[in-house]
Amino acid sequence: MKKLLSTVALGIAALTIGQAASADPSRTAKLVIDGTEISTHAKGMAGGPLDELYSGWLFRSDETRALQLDDFDNPAFVFVDDGETLFNKVDGSEGKSCSSCHEAGDFKGLRPVLPRWNEAKGKIYSMENYINDCRTERMGADKWKWSKPKMTSMVALISLQSRGLPINVATDGPVADIYEKGKELYYTRVGQLDMACSNCHEDNYGNMIRADHLSQGQINGFPTYRLKNAKLNSIHARFKGCMKNIRAKPYGQGSDEFQALELYVASRGNGLSVEAPSVRN
Amino acid sequence: MRSLAIASIGAAIFATSAFATEVAPDSVTFGEGGTVATSLTGVAGDPASGRKLFANRKLGNCLACHVNSELSEQQFHGEIGPSLDGVASRYDEAKLRGILVNSKMSFEDTMMPSFYRLKNGARTMKKFDGKTILTAQQLEDVLAYLKTLK
Ligand code: HEC
Ligand code: HEC
Repeated sequence: MKKLLSTVALGIAALTIGQAASADPSRTAKLVIDGTEISTHAKGMAGGPLDELYSGWLFRSDETRALQLDDFDNPAFVFVDDGETLFNKVDGSEGKSCSSCHEAGDFKGLRPVLPRWNEAKGKIYSMENYINDCRTERMGADKWKWSKPKMTSMVALISLQSRGLPINVATDGPVADIYEKGKELYYTRVGQLDMACSNCHEDNYGNMIRADHLSQGQINGFPTYRLKNAKLNSIHARFKGCMKNIRAKPYGQGSDEFQALELYVASRGNGLSVEAPSVRN
Repeated sequence: MRSLAIASIGAAIFATSAFATEVAPDSVTFGEGGTVATSLTGVAGDPASGRKLFANRKLGNCLACHVNSELSEQQFHGEIGPSLDGVASRYDEAKLRGILVNSKMSFEDTMMPSFYRLKNGARTMKKFDGKTILTAQQLEDVLAYLKTLK
């Protein structure tokens, strides 16, 4: 907490003396898109690991943050448009498109509660699972790969319907064991560099790790357009990237392990607003 | 011709003897407080090489976590660990070597990687499995550089 406060103070100091404030994050910046404010800060759950929750948006530079203030400037919206095209496109043996059964607006409220238990399937479901079930079982079409552009574009389109709603995943009942498993993965040190997610995103958020400003590693902004690779990035692809950086063999995208981690990480952000599709560096 | 041949034989002998005295990662002896008193290689460290290793993102990458004013030409210094300015005045050689070999012997549960240890986290990528982050000589080079930070 002390570290965080001093970062804010530093940020303000840099601004007032007109230095290269662009490199500084801001804990007070407001995310207002089209006149609607999206809250980027929330109180953590009582007894939870974080007292204050902060969106990754606050940890980015002025320039990167600015790209999210207007959907016309937000490069992720090119992919939202692709998602819309795909939504209306007939594919597979049944001659159907997503729009044969749904309107995009039907999905308002879905993003905040995923991943969740799917009773009929007897397993935890991420948005990618629902999308692929519709493709294979209702459209007679092929599955999409977890993090390929068609999937991330569709996830972005559907997530956008819930922008501004608070994340609210369930962690009890049938997912209680999965939640515990995700928690264990979060705190387990892995790789040659021997680090856990918590080392960077719980113990050191607000601090620089070389040129990167560490955030809380929240997933409320996913899928995320990254300036680094100029495409939408899925939650599981980000987990994979972080594991590779510490020289650990990542779990598979869509694996039980990454779904458990997704549930646990989502729960750490319960209360933060859905911000998809966000922009990061 | 002949002198070249002699020189290369000399280098070969030197290389094998250096190898013979190198302490394997599993055989490092720790003293009081996680110190390592003897050189891992018996060959003096090269501070100029150590300085490069300190900044190199694929090797030491110490700058990822530590501020070091002596490397002010490098743009980004991390804020995870303490500043290493004047670190050689705070710790002696044996303590510094110990911190580098296995940081956990000096600082319980620290996030700092152990640079000359085989048993790290689970699921280490194949490419790095069974390997130390730095070689014994690279570690001695970094150490020689740290000793200049008075
Ligand atoms: C060595 C440090 C380190 C470790 C360990 C680490 N990460 Fe990250 N992570 C980063 C950095 C640097 C970024 C990019 C800046 C930021 O958002 O923090 C990042 C970004 C993220 C983001 C994107 C946040 C956003 O707002 O877009 C998520 C999610 C994330 N990490 C999750 C994880 C998970 C889960 C683990 C464990 C499997 C993990 N990280 C381990 C360094 C780390
Ligand atoms: C991922 C982060 C990280 C990296 C990389 C890292 N360190 Fe550290 N280092 C730390 C932390 C954190 C501490 C404080 C110890 C603790 O956990 O209490 C520390 C402590 C130290 C100390 C003791 C400093 C003091 O004043 O007590 C030395 C010396 C040191 N590191 C040297 C290095 C060198 C040299 C390298 C590279 C070869 C390096 N570190 C790489 C995180 C790191």
